[in-house]
Amino acid sequence: MAHDHDHEHSELSDTQLRVRALETVLTEKGYVDSAALDAIVEAYETKIGPRNGAAVVAKAWSDPPFRQALLADASKAVATLAHVSRVGDHLVAVENTPTTHNMVVCTLCSCYPWEVLGLPPIWYKSAPYRSRAVKDPRGVLAEFGITLPKDTGIRVWDSTAETRFIVLPIRPAGTDGWSEEKLAELVTRDSMIGTGLPKEP
Amino acid sequence: MDGIHDMGGMDGFGNIEVEQNEPPFHEQWEGRVMALQRAMGYAGAWTIDHARYARERIPPHIYLNASYYQKWALAMRTNVVERGLAGVDELQAGRALRPRKSLPRRLTADLIPEKLTRGSFYRQQQAPARFKPGDRVRTKNIHPAAHTRLPRYARGKVGVIERCQGCHMYPDSVASDLGDNPQWLYTVVFDGRELWGPDSDPILKVSIEAFEPYLDPT
Repeated sequence: MAHDHDHEHSELSDTQLRVRALETVLTEKGYVDSAALDAIVEAYETKIGPRNGAAVVAKAWSDPPFRQALLADASKAVATLAHVSRVGDHLVAVENTPTTHNMVVCTLCSCYPWEVLGLPPIWYKSAPYRSRAVKDPRGVLAEFGITLPKDTGIRVWDSTAETRFIVLPIRPAGTDGWSEEKLAELVTRDSMIGTGLPKEP
Repeated sequence: MDGIHDMGGMDGFGNIEVEQNEPPFHEQWEGRVMALQRAMGYAGAWTIDHARYARERIPPHIYLNASYYQKWALAMRTNVVERGLAGVDELQAGRALRPRKSLPRRLTADLIPEKLTRGSFYRQQQAPARFKPGDRVRTKNIHPAAHTRLPRYARGKVGVIERCQGCHMYPDSVASDLGDNPQWLYTVVFDGRELWGPDSDPILKVSIEAFEPYLDPT
């Protein structure tokens, strides 16, 4: 045990040292700017996260023309929202219905809609999820505590190119008249990946 | 390449472990790796497919034991060296020993967060799209030695074109430094049984994003 622990510790230190060397060399060469690196880290820690996606979903639940525009071209539709950060091309929104549940994976690497969901969680990037999502999505959902009706079909989207997918979940019942802000509180990150459902009101 | 990264459909990796309230980064160096990757991408040092291809070439035993950002760091080192941006001696010394190579751009703090928006992968078409939604296609049975985005589990399978996603730069060419070689990109949907045989969930559907050269008409 003690040996294993030491081994892990020295490997981690080795990674830290290698990363530091890489950063120093690339900075000294002038390819990157330290202050820009700080700003990138800060942006992903504080600004770019699933709140963006939740705002998009809440808007789609409340505004039928926006929902249609989102499903037609999500990049364009999101660009019309002032309170959501800009997204690049190739964002695709896929809508859950009573007969189809959508789930997103990247089996080849870890492609994920960073701009609307932030950095992917470790499980999304892990071998268990990447290997099983396309073959046994019902089993994967069960591990997330989700059991769908047997006749609800599952549609898995493998992100093998630069298209990025966000799931538009079904609006929970009992939310008539809710504001977008209040609705957004029900939208979880996992419900926009397809491994979860929105919170119940 | 038929590498360890192409893990769709493999068994034996165990249960999915979810960490509650996961922070963006677990260690300070992870954030630096992510930021370096973004900054070098913006600078035009390499493309996303060069980054992927370098990760795919990590030997399987290392790939499976490395964390996500450890893989990124290993791949970044590969690209830095292969593209002549720094030498192994410099990375070992931890300081620059020679002048820089010139790169098209440089990301500075005033450009954040605007320039974190993804660039477009659309490219001018070379020919009209060969397929349209509703067409039946068979994916090719190909095993290129270099980078490809056609996963093994979806090779030689019959599916249906659901959407055309526009004409994009072609990863198989880009990662091998053969240029953008723009190709039409389609969402192709397969029945679970076509991919996984008779024991599959009969109402499962799985789609991949497939570039036109991966597809044959049926």
